[in-house]
Amino acid sequence: MFDDLRDLYQEVIFDHNRNPRNFRIIENADRKVDGFNPLCGDRLTLYLKMNGDVIEDASFQGSGCAISTASVSLMTEIVKGKTEAEAEALFKTFHEMTTGKDEQINLEAVGKLAVLAGVREYPARVKCATLAWHTLDAALKNEKQAVSTE
Amino acid sequence: MTQFPIDKIRNDFPILNEKIRNKPLVYLDNAASSQKPNVVIDCISHVYRHDYANVHRGVHTLSVRSTDKFEGAREKIKDFINAESGKEIIFTKGTTESINLVAQSYGKANIKAGDEILISAMEHHSNIVPWQMLSEQTGAILKVAPINLRGELILDEFIKLIGDKTRLISIAHMSNALGTINPVKQIIAAAHHKNIPVLLDGAQAIPHMPVDVLNLDCDFYAFSGHKLYGPSGIGVLYGKQALLESMPPYQGGGDMIRKVTFEETEYNTLPYKFEAGTPSIADAIALGAAIDYLNEIGMGAVAVYEAELLDYATEQAKKIKGLRIIGEAAEKGAILSFVLDKIHPHDIGTMLDSLGIAVRAGHHCAMPVMDFFEVPATARASFAIYNTKQEIDILMNGIESLIEVFG
Repeated sequence: MFDDLRDLYQEVIFDHNRNPRNFRIIENADRKVDGFNPLCGDRLTLYLKMNGDVIEDASFQGSGCAISTASVSLMTEIVKGKTEAEAEALFKTFHEMTTGKDEQINLEAVGKLAVLAGVREYPARVKCATLAWHTLDAALKNEKQAVSTE
Repeated sequence: MTQFPIDKIRNDFPILNEKIRNKPLVYLDNAASSQKPNVVIDCISHVYRHDYANVHRGVHTLSVRSTDKFEGAREKIKDFINAESGKEIIFTKGTTESINLVAQSYGKANIKAGDEILISAMEHHSNIVPWQMLSEQTGAILKVAPINLRGELILDEFIKLIGDKTRLISIAHMSNALGTINPVKQIIAAAHHKNIPVLLDGAQAIPHMPVDVLNLDCDFYAFSGHKLYGPSGIGVLYGKQALLESMPPYQGGGDMIRKVTFEETEYNTLPYKFEAGTPSIADAIALGAAIDYLNEIGMGAVAVYEAELLDYATEQAKKIKGLRIIGEAAEKGAILSFVLDKIHPHDIGTMLDSLGIAVRAGHHCAMPVMDFFEVPATARASFAIYNTKQEIDILMNGIESLIEVFG
């Protein structure tokens, strides 16, 4: 019935929506930043535990749609063990992938995150996918203020 | 009673023939904006092709013709809401501008530090923010009357909040997020007992029921053309003549003046005092056409038909496991707001869209209402004169299918 949506709602997304990974609080987190999408009410809090400039652990709390939940869940998995610079580079690639500026998606660079490429065709949903990453960007820049997609 | 002419009505709205994602459009986002019948679309085109010039300015034929049609629309609106005079009908951009006009003109002239403005907890942002701005400017206090879990105003609490310092009450005639129709006559009676004027935000009520401002005895009534099957960019503020006479102008410019020198300006009479600048001429005339169209159907018949649609939708929705209706007031207009267990409204919106069904998913510009019900957002199906029970079936099937997909 929802054949048209197969590119947007891939099984991986349903899986991460049902069972979000790293859905917990890091008690001794080095970075803690809130992200908010006022358009749809998605809220999340991102926690990072740093070891030098390496992200040792990442987790989140909050509520949102399937796209935003899957996006933040996947992100916390993929950034673990990455340096700040690597994570920032990934943010840039992810941003290009989801906003469609770069037609050629570097699948190798984004790995599992490629399942979110489908949002490009749904401009109203792009912010759902990018909220997590904007929040990460703020956390890496150590911004104290909550980030908003607006 | 004659049968509601649903087939004819559906034929009058060309957009209903659109295919959305290869499916027939099921348009259920009428509380955000309604679609337009041919008579409205053709009217705009006709004005620009045959009758257009600026209004109230020229002696030439077209300006006279344009002015006649524009003022004719004002008279139609006056009759539609049963106002006493065309002087009481101010053209604005829409509900939002109408409310801002009252806040900045009546409010600034009459409301001082420590005074209170009373609204309810179910207001949408355009009936909250103008009052917050006025409060900031004047030092007045914004009071918010509570609602219950059915989404109804708690009338006793509301009446209790009408105090010696209350200077103005502004409340939705019908809620956009919940569908609740408020007991406005009782509120107005209680307010008038203390000589407090009442503004009714009629944005949602006006397309769904007969509105009689004389009978309601409201002091102001604000609504938009675009929810009433008319164009966007045009709306109305009704105000009692004596009140409007006593108010300072809202904006300065052409049309609102009688005489200007660099030393002083003499303001024009009503309604022009509040209509600075060139108005949205064709849109105003087309709003008149929308009203003609609705008068042919009859607003009483509209209310009866839509009540049937809402009852049917509510009954069907209640059969769906995991669906919770937000807003179950005893008095309700044709709006069905709902949430699904563990499925975010945005996902509902996208999934239904892929089936050709347009619903609103979000906070409906009423974030405080969402907070009260402890939901980030809801999905909202809102019905209009051209919707059918078959479309409600399509919606319910869609909801059941997406619940299955989300598992």
